[in-house]
This record gives sequence, C-alpha cells and structure tokens, in this order.
Amino acid sequence: MSLSAKIPEGPLAEKWSKHKFDLKLVNPANKRKYDIIVVGTGLAGASAAASLAELGYNVKAFCFQDSPRRAHSIAAQGGINAAKNYQNDGDSVYRLFYDTIKGGDYRAREANVYRLAEVSVNIIDQCVAQGVPFAREYGGLLDNRSFGGAQVSRTFYARGQTGQQLLLGAYSALNRQIHHGKVKMYTRTEMLDVVVVDGKAQGIITRSLTTGEIDTHTGHAVLLCTGGYGNVFYLSTNAAGSNVTAAWRAHKRGAFFANPCYTQIHPTCIPVTGDHQSKLTLMSESLRNDGRVWAPKTHEIAEQLRKGAIKAAQVGEADRDYFLERKYPSFGNLVPRDVASRNAKEMVDDGRGVGGSGVAVFLDFADAIGRLGKDAVAAKYGNLFDMYYQITDEDPYTQPMRIYPAVHYTMGGLWVDYNLSTNVPGLYALGECNFSDHGANRLGASALMQGLSDGYFVIPFTLGDYLATIGPKPVDVNHPAFAQTKKDVTDYIAKLLALRGTKTVNEYHRELGHIMWEYCGMARTAEGLTKAKGLIQALRADFWKNAIVLGENEEVNASLEKAGRVADFLELGELMVDDALMRNESCGGHFRLESQTPEGEALRDDEHFAFVAAWEYTGDNQPEILNKEALEFEYVHLTQRNYK
Amino acid sequence: MNLTLKVWRQKNAQTAGKFVTYQAEGISPDMSFLEMLDVVNESLILKNDEPIHFDHDCREGICGMCSLYINGHPHGPKRAITTCQLHMRTFHDGQTITIEPWRAAPFPVIKDLAVDRSAFDRIQQAGGYVSVNTGGVPDANEILIPKVIADEAFNSATCIGCGACVAACKNASAMLFVSAKVSQFALLPQGQPERYSRAQSMVAQMDAEGFGNCTNTGACEAECPKEISLTNISRMNNDYLSAKLFREEHAHENNG
Repeated sequence: MSLSAKIPEGPLAEKWSKHKFDLKLVNPANKRKYDIIVVGTGLAGASAAASLAELGYNVKAFCFQDSPRRAHSIAAQGGINAAKNYQNDGDSVYRLFYDTIKGGDYRAREANVYRLAEVSVNIIDQCVAQGVPFAREYGGLLDNRSFGGAQVSRTFYARGQTGQQLLLGAYSALNRQIHHGKVKMYTRTEMLDVVVVDGKAQGIITRSLTTGEIDTHTGHAVLLCTGGYGNVFYLSTNAAGSNVTAAWRAHKRGAFFANPCYTQIHPTCIPVTGDHQSKLTLMSESLRNDGRVWAPKTHEIAEQLRKGAIKAAQVGEADRDYFLERKYPSFGNLVPRDVASRNAKEMVDDGRGVGGSGVAVFLDFADAIGRLGKDAVAAKYGNLFDMYYQITDEDPYTQPMRIYPAVHYTMGGLWVDYNLSTNVPGLYALGECNFSDHGANRLGASALMQGLSDGYFVIPFTLGDYLATIGPKPVDVNHPAFAQTKKDVTDYIAKLLALRGTKTVNEYHRELGHIMWEYCGMARTAEGLTKAKGLIQALRADFWKNAIVLGENEEVNASLEKAGRVADFLELGELMVDDALMRNESCGGHFRLESQTPEGEALRDDEHFAFVAAWEYTGDNQPEILNKEALEFEYVHLTQRNYK
Repeated sequence: MNLTLKVWRQKNAQTAGKFVTYQAEGISPDMSFLEMLDVVNESLILKNDEPIHFDHDCREGICGMCSLYINGHPHGPKRAITTCQLHMRTFHDGQTITIEPWRAAPFPVIKDLAVDRSAFDRIQQAGGYVSVNTGGVPDANEILIPKVIADEAFNSATCIGCGACVAACKNASAMLFVSAKVSQFALLPQGQPERYSRAQSMVAQMDAEGFGNCTNTGACEAECPKEISLTNISRMNNDYLSAKLFREEHAHENNG
C-alpha cells in the first residue's frame, strides 16, 4: 500500500499556515452534530477533548484511571520546550526544529517537526493563561533552563513536576467542558477495540473496570491519545497501568504501526535493586544541568566502591572519569539521551560500574552544592532529591546519586500523516501514541510539547477537514460491524478468563521484559534479535496455555485487565524485534552493534534506511507487511550527529 | 523479613467487608509497600485466591491514585510521602500491619482497598478552572507574576488529589483539597475574574458531595503527602465569606 504523509506544498515555514487555510471548515451550527471519541486523558487527550468541545463538537472522553488527572503525563518532571527566545540566547523556531531533527538522528519528518517548533510558543501562552504556575524570575517573567541536545535555554518548568502542572491545566480545561455538558467523561473505562465501518473508524468497544460491562460508543471520529508502550519491557519509568492495548487493537483493525523499535532509554534513572521491582523511577534530565556524570577511572577503584570499602567522596578528582565531559566537550553532560545512555552502559560493560550490583554510574552534585549552596540546589531539585532518598535510603546532598539508563519513552507508535490521521480514515493518533515527531530519539522536554501541540493546536484544525468531508450524518449503531466487534471483544475476554494454568500473568510480563531488555534494549544484534523472536513466540504460546487469569468479567478484576494488556505486549514485542532486525543501521536510540562509527557512535545508513517503517497487520501469528514512507530532507543536511 | 498483614477485604460497595489476615514472607526492606503487596498477590494467585485489590498507577508519588490507610495513617507512618514511596525498611521483622481503604461516606468502597473519589473530580468541574478557550491568549510574558506569588500558587498546585486529607479527618472534610485548588487560582492574576464565583461553586459542590466541615484539627495537613498548608483553608474561607457578604450578585450572574 502506498503511504502518503499529505505534507503540504510550499516552503517549510509556510506549510502549516497554508495548510490551515486549505483545510475545510465545519460551520459552527453543524459542529454540534458531530460526536468525537477521545481515548486517554493525558496531555494530548485532555487538550484535544477540551479544545474540540470548545469548538462545539460533542466529545466523549475515556480513561482507565479513576480520574483524568492521573494519566501518566502527570509524572513528567523536567519541563517543556518552546522557541520563545525569552533568554535572548539565539533561539528560534528554526533552531528548535533543527535541534529536534538532529536529536532524532534524521528519522523524523521535516514538516511535522517544523510545525511542532512553530506552535511550541503558543503552548506556553495557553498554559500560562490557564493558570499553570511555571517557575518565574524575580521580575515576574518566566524562567528557563537547559535540556539535553540543545545549547540554548528554552525549557519552561514547574520545579520537578512540570507534567503535573501542565496536565492539571489541560484537565481544568477539560473539566470546564464537562461542566458545560460538551464532554461526557468515562473514567475507569478501558477501550478494547475500535469499530471500523466500511473502512472508516466510527466507534469503540469499552469495558467498565468497575462492573465489567462491555459497551459500544459511536463517533464520527476516534482519537487515540493512549501514550506509549514502554511497559513492554516490564520495567520502565511508565506507570503500572500504561499499556499498548488501545493502539494495538487499532493496529489489528488495520492501522499501521510505525518504527516500533524506536525506544528511548533514559540515562538517569534509579538502578534496579531486585526481582521484586515493579517500576523504575526517573531522575529528571534537568539534573544534568548541575549534576556531573562520572565513573571511576580504574577497575580497582570501582571494585572497592562496589564492595563499600570506600565512598564516592573519597575518590580523588584524578581518579574520576567525567566521561561525558571528556568525550563531548561542547555539550558535556547535556548530550542527548541516547548518547548519555550508551556511554553509561559502556562504563558498566567495561567493569567500571558502581553500586552493589555494579550496574550504575554516579551523578554528582558536589560541585553544584559548592558553587550555589545546598539551599539553591534544593530549591531547583528538592523534590527529586527527596524521591531519591525515599527509594534508596541515601542522601544525594552528601553522596552522589547512582543512576543507570531505563526505558522511558517510545518514539514509535501508530503511523499518522501530517493531519495526525492513521491510514484508517477517522482514526487519529496523538501524543506519544503516534510516531511522528521525534524520529529515532526524543530530546528532553519535547514530549510535553508534542502532546499539547497535537491536542491544542493541530487536531482542532485537521479533524474539521475530515468531518466536513464525511458530513454530519449520524453514525448507524445498527451496522453489523458494531455487533461483530462487540462479540469479538466478548469472545476474547472469555478466552482469557478460561486460562487457569500454573503461572501468573505477571511472571509472563517479567519474562517478556527480560527478553526485550536483553536483546532489544540499548544494544541490538541480528543474532540476538533472531533469538528473541523465537523466545517471544514460545512465551506467547505458553501464555495461552499456562497463564492464570482469575475471577469473572462482571466485577472489578485486575487479573483480567492485566492479562489483556500483557497478551498485547506479547504480540507487540515480536513486531519490535522484527523492526529492529529489519533496520540494519544504527540511529538514535536504535543501536545495532553491527553499525557504529570508529568512536562507537550510532552509524546511520541513509541510502537504505531513510524511511519510516509502517507495519501492516495480516492476521494472528502471521508475518506483518512492511510499508515504507520515504523521508525527504529539503532543509536539513544529513550528517553524522556530532555533540563533541 | 516476615510480616503479618490485616487487610480489609470487601467485594463491592453493596457487600459488607471484613479484615483478613495474611502472612507476607521474605519481604526485602528495599521493596516499596505496593511491591510488598504485589508479592502477596502473586502468592495468592498461585493458590487460586483472589488478589487484594488496590488503586495504584505511577508509583512515583505524583498521580495520586494510590491510597491505603496503613496502621492508622493515610499513606502510612512516614510524613510527606505517598504509599507508593513508602518502603518496607520503615517496618520491622515480625510486625503486624493493618491496611484499610480511605473511610469517608463520599468515598464509597469499590473493592477491597480501592474507593471511588470521583467527588473530587465533580468539585473541580464545578469551577476549578480559568475560563479561557484554546487560542487567542496573550503572550506568556505579558502576565507578570511576582516570584513569591507564583511560588505560593505553585505550592497549592502541588496537591495530587489523593484524598488523604479526607481520610485523615474525623469529619471527612475535603477543605484542604478544595482550598488548595481554590487558592492556586485565587493567588494568580489569571484567576481573579472568577475568583469569588469559583470559591462559591466549588464549596457548594463540596457540600453537595457530603464532605464534613472543618473543625481545625489539622490532621489533614499533618498527613498530606504533599504538605499542603492549612493557610489554604483560611484563604478559601476568606474568599467564600467575602463572596457571600459582598459579591453574591456577581456570582449569580456567572454562568460558569
């Protein structure tokens, strides 16, 4: 199938403006004749639902949590980028665009990224107008800080909980529309399938997580704002409930899944302590503004640190290797995430890791505390230091943090065109759920920007064009596709509930996570990926024989919820491995050991792999079909990324 | 370490609940409290026993989904953290731990330790926002906000809506929660146009949900995982009273 990204004609800087003018409009009196389904209420979902309701559409919004405010955007710590150039340090829309394309290792669409940079400035205005309490200077103006992959300070922040404050802003806008009756909110409700009628998405099937009721909802369009799939790795910084189910079920109904192997491993997370661990906790990238990453220079010192014979503070300057500062003098500790992660792994692989397990490096604030004082450091990062202390029982004010990379974000996701439409008309994907803006590596503070850009400023325009095209005729709920899809869902649940084997669903999830981390994590090889494929297939077959799923459908049943999500991860995992195997190059977070520069950096193969891999589902346990969307670069010259 | 758990089990809101005793064995001090429950649940599932149901999501202390009344304290014995950040090193080998849901009439039990906190959403839907549409807003730096005001508004805005304040209060009052939400907007210039109608609408909804009154015990502040201050309640009372005495008419003209 040929894929058209529908990128507008014209110069880069004018594409979005021109496109907005070319898009069809729905007249205000007709808007109330359309029903829009929004699944997920994080930054993308809440902002889209609120903005569309403000325009006059009838919105039905869904989240599996008990309140829309709990969506995992809430946990974002560091900040949100915007090309405001308030700091007069040389920032511009073009620079944010350029940094993002380069940071993504030239695997994102130029037009999408430029639009993202362009609307970034509107996002900050919108959030401030809603009452989001961003950090401010004494003069009353907004403050900024720096993030990885940039040499300007363009990151707006609210202490270490920017995500919560932005989400509360979007949630308040959503609440206002719920109050006005323009949004009907369904909490503790999980989407289990999308209904495709004559090739168009016209509804969804949901399960109430309190009563088990399976419901049908109709809509003229369905927006999936359901986040990423990092939990395929079992351990990640995602929330326990974060899952791929909505996106995956949509994929099985025809939506292409793009670049599934592009996962972001965040360099600064609290290391794993044992098998009981249920999640990993991020220490914000903002810490790399003041924290210095190091490992001991010699194996001997590392060994002594691991045994606890000496403390980090006792290691003299001459015996420390500030490896990021050494290898990348111009970006130093603020290199992009993929680069920082790989270097930490190199240290550990080289036997210079620290901590009891030896799988960690230091993030040291001694210099910053000496330079700025403890109070100033606490004012900037206090809540992160407290969180670190709670989890590790170590005081980061007196000894360096131990950190190690962990799965954090997925750049891959449902394939969408410039209008955020999947290849299934009427089915849209926003935020982390889509693949579009971050290429093979996302820069810090860009996820919040993309979620809000998609929800506040892109979908309100592009959706109207589609709705005007199909017209306001009510969706026919009696079409057989609704009953059939509902039956498919009910049958699938019955199949899960019939599993009364010997192994818990969590054990399968953990095993899948081990396979993914080992073979499809920070370093990947053809041999390892081939092996992983077999292991996943065997694990999936075993799951459908030996898993234990307790209880009934008609009740609160966490076992059933988890089983459905893990079953989907067991399918997605194989596709990620296929994608990683097919992409015989390194780019951004996708690092194939076979493809590296003499210095050990990711080596792209632009001649063969400058494309988006959009996978097409063909049936259970069948190989998926690879569709390619060529990436064309008119403005940015493709080079080897250099942060030295 | 080995622990004895006395856990509240309740099938649903219609059924009476009771305490059931479980042994938690081989618990590592590095586990979080929820990870300890995960371990217990895994062993229950292997015995074909129904696992203990509890709410949780981010497991990093910010989503506000986890709850649990542990040994008589919302979010357990340590100050200023949520249950998901509570680690087992806080307890000692052989200890008995009692785990209950939030107990408040406006928070009915859904199952076991999970309760329905949608009343909090409805209070915010009643007026917890600034009425601006997407687009057409001024440049962010055109609104100057003194740092001290911005910081204070931020302190109020750190509330995660977990409901610990209600669980801690003998009156099941939601005043700390509602006042934090009211204060954030009352402090900021963006919140001024609707300041008084907002306080009235949100308080009216709070009362309609059946939350009790504040009698200044301060248990809410002491137990709040985000250390939201009682000052917020004073601010809300001030705005509410001021609205009732002097601004009722304006409030009546407001359509939300």
